[in-house]
Amino acid sequence: MIRFIGRRLLVAIPTLFLVITLAFFMMRAAPGGPFDSDRKLSPEIEANVLARYGMNKPLGEQYLAYLTGVARGDFGPSLKYKDKSVLQILKENGPVSLKLGGLAIALAASVGIGLGVLAAARQNGGVDHLVMGIAVAGVCVPTFVTAPLLVLVFGSKLGWLPSGGWNGGAAANLVLPVVVLALPQVAVISRLTRAGMIEVLRSNYIRTARAKGLPERRVISRHALRAALLPLVSYLGPACAGLLTGSLVVEKIFNLPGLGKFFVLSALQRDYTVVMGMVIVYAGLILLLNLLADLLYAALDPRVRLS
Amino acid sequence: MSVGLFGARRSNEALEGAAVRGRSLWEDAGRRLLRNKAAVGAMIALALLAVAALGGPYLATFGYDEVRKDEVWLPPLTGGHLLGTDALGRDLLARLLMGLRVSLAIGLTATAVSLVIGVAWGAVAGFVGGRTDEAMMRIVDVLYSLPFIFFVILLMVAFGSNLVLMFLAIGAVEWLTMSRIVRGQTLALKQKEFVEAARAAGLSNAAIIARHIVPNLLGPVVVYVTLTIPAVILAESFLSFLGLGVQPPMASLGGLIADGAQQMELAPWLLIFPSAAMIVTLASFNFIGDGLRDAIDPKDR
Repeated sequence: MIRFIGRRLLVAIPTLFLVITLAFFMMRAAPGGPFDSDRKLSPEIEANVLARYGMNKPLGEQYLAYLTGVARGDFGPSLKYKDKSVLQILKENGPVSLKLGGLAIALAASVGIGLGVLAAARQNGGVDHLVMGIAVAGVCVPTFVTAPLLVLVFGSKLGWLPSGGWNGGAAANLVLPVVVLALPQVAVISRLTRAGMIEVLRSNYIRTARAKGLPERRVISRHALRAALLPLVSYLGPACAGLLTGSLVVEKIFNLPGLGKFFVLSALQRDYTVVMGMVIVYAGLILLLNLLADLLYAALDPRVRLS
Repeated sequence: MSVGLFGARRSNEALEGAAVRGRSLWEDAGRRLLRNKAAVGAMIALALLAVAALGGPYLATFGYDEVRKDEVWLPPLTGGHLLGTDALGRDLLARLLMGLRVSLAIGLTATAVSLVIGVAWGAVAGFVGGRTDEAMMRIVDVLYSLPFIFFVILLMVAFGSNLVLMFLAIGAVEWLTMSRIVRGQTLALKQKEFVEAARAAGLSNAAIIARHIVPNLLGPVVVYVTLTIPAVILAESFLSFLGLGVQPPMASLGGLIADGAQQMELAPWLLIFPSAAMIVTLASFNFIGDGLRDAIDPKDR
């Protein structure tokens, strides 16, 4: 177990390293720089500014300096937000995104699994058709359509919920963004659960459980569910990636102070250090979740032994 | 479906005897597909959309970038504008048709890019196996862990929003899953007797991959292609929504939706019609993809 985690981490580190390298040089290959502005800086001032951030050195040297910094946990200062370090930006805005994503995945998992189980238990019943409908809608109605439409209906027309803003994370402000973020995930999760459940319910050990007279409810909750949820575990990584991209849209539409806006804005402004910080955080998150998924998979499925 | 192209895979030839002409796998699949009402409806809807997108801009009475200062924010069905006008007095129908055309074009081109890279990569990795396979799939894993959208955003930001680059960028990202599917299939296929026979006949690896492996991959690949097209359209719209994709006055579905979302309280039609077009397009591709999957791989019927 420990050895498995150790080996996976040994693979994850070069991966992260490659990601950092790729993003670093891609960003630097882009025309323009962080200190371009409408007013042309005089050469002396520009040289001073560049020297202040160590950007007058050759690119290779800057790259090495950045890597050593990251290895020590120092992500450098933001080039655009004066007096703020990248870590500060992550610390200030990260929790908002984290809260949104966490709530969305919790909502999606509970609703999705519940619907999926009900649909599989009564195939071709009402819930089953509902699940199919949601599954189709989840694929065909993108976040950037549901978000404005829900704002239009519940925010502007009915006035039940605020149309946007964070308001310290008040519950009313969270409802719409979380629902919008969760919807596509509900679609996938309910479909995966339904498919897994149907497959498991056909297997021999379920027939045994039924034959020994267990009530159906118990067969499903104690015997079938555990095996049926296995495909969901491997979906953890992609789900996280989906939430990340979804949060870009949601944070923009609902005007939330999360990390999402820095994603695009910093890249446009050539705020190299902030962009790199985001890349590291997001790639690290996905790697971590994939590792977690493998561990969970082994914990749930006795047939899988990690070695 | 072409008849006999894959004659080697006739499934029920033995049962029906030599006198009865065997039906090919593709013939069977075609029949099953045509019996699927959702898939047929989706094909008709998509054909209509494609015709409208191709021919529409020529028939439309207004240009997609024709600004009319005195016809701003006209609701649908007024002043000869079927779907109304936007903040600059541009006809929404004309813009929608143009946007549809751009989105479909991007969907098809980027998918073609991903198809070529993915099939080549996956087939080689799966067929050669060993260290090569390990190394090639490790690269795919690494690319997977790079947040996709970030990669494309970096590309678009770094080198400006140009259409060709966007085709390539999205295609270059979407090939990952394709290569995994193809690799898995190839691993299974290369154990088959006909590959052994080909090898015994002295064919080179490249020839075996091109002549024997790739044609037999077609089923799952076709299904995945029909599901990649909507994913690509979605990705493009997402970029346009963030302001990184197709730049105005050129239109794309995502750009139109972003535009509509900003003024939905004043002019809800600017949000509703592009959204509807988007939903119908994505749904059509997905229904066709699902129908094809059921038709080609009937084990889940």
